[in-house]
Amino acid sequence: MYFDSLGEFLQMGSHAPWVWSAYGISLVLVVSNLWLAARAHRNVRARLAQWVADESLREKR
Amino acid sequence: MWQTLKHWYHLLGSPRHFYRISGLWLPWVTLLAVAGLAVGLVWGLAFAPPDYQQGNSYRIIFLHVPAASGALMGYLAMGVAGLVGLVWRMKMAEVAIKAIAPFGAVLTAVALITGSIWGKPTWGTYWVWDARLTSMLILLFLYLGIIALQNAIRDPRQAGRAAALLAVVGVINVVIVRYSVYWWHSLHQPRTIRITDETAMPAEMLAPLLICMFSIYLLFAVTVLIRARTEILWRERRSNWVREEVTG
Repeated sequence: MYFDSLGEFLQMGSHAPWVWSAYGISLVLVVSNLWLAARAHRNVRARLAQWVADESLREKR
Repeated sequence: MWQTLKHWYHLLGSPRHFYRISGLWLPWVTLLAVAGLAVGLVWGLAFAPPDYQQGNSYRIIFLHVPAASGALMGYLAMGVAGLVGLVWRMKMAEVAIKAIAPFGAVLTAVALITGSIWGKPTWGTYWVWDARLTSMLILLFLYLGIIALQNAIRDPRQAGRAAALLAVVGVINVVIVRYSVYWWHSLHQPRTIRITDETAMPAEMLAPLLICMFSIYLLFAVTVLIRARTEILWRERRSNWVREEVTG
């Protein structure tokens, strides 16, 4: 490791605000986008499954 | 070679086959992307040496360059898909554009934001209206424009065609972004990674950067696969295989 301690690593040689804010904002953007994509997929699957279930119920009647 | 390409074109061009094959790929691509990002970012943030001029603020590069590169490659891929969609009326090409645009916009935003934050300690300003930064902002608007077009037109085929046209026309901006630092006087430095001549970067910085870049591409692929699968399910909702898929 280049840094001598965890404290030094977090300080980034006085560049901590720039480095960590850049990484933090990016992490939030990327992770939330992935989460939205996964959620949309689950929602569509659930909606279609419900649709098929409703249809087969109507057919039985 | 041509036969193999043709075989894959037809296989992946069929929504049903694409859905099945991408389902097999998805866990592995996700695993590789996450592992690669973890290795590349820890290496870049904690183990790579500092820059002799910029100190540690340069470590933003391990996100900034992969994000910018991914954003440009994503747009290029959309352009190719747009062309295929317009010329051969291939349904999957329209699905591809819809699947690429959201994460492409996110990567463009990440490149702009990280670049802006990096600019403050390096150039003394968050933003300048120079060619590289402005053309990158236009790239964000193009991505958002494509997403807006797809949502504004109700008929999916018509929306797909309009988005394909904008994707193809917008490729000109990718060329402008790429060469802006050579065509105009710019605060932004020229390319960091060069394939043809010797790279300006020492190996201990270049290695984690390349790992991050490769992993961001993979992560992009993960989001494209997920979104394409969602879109396919919805578009093919009346077919039997989708019924079996969602109830099975």
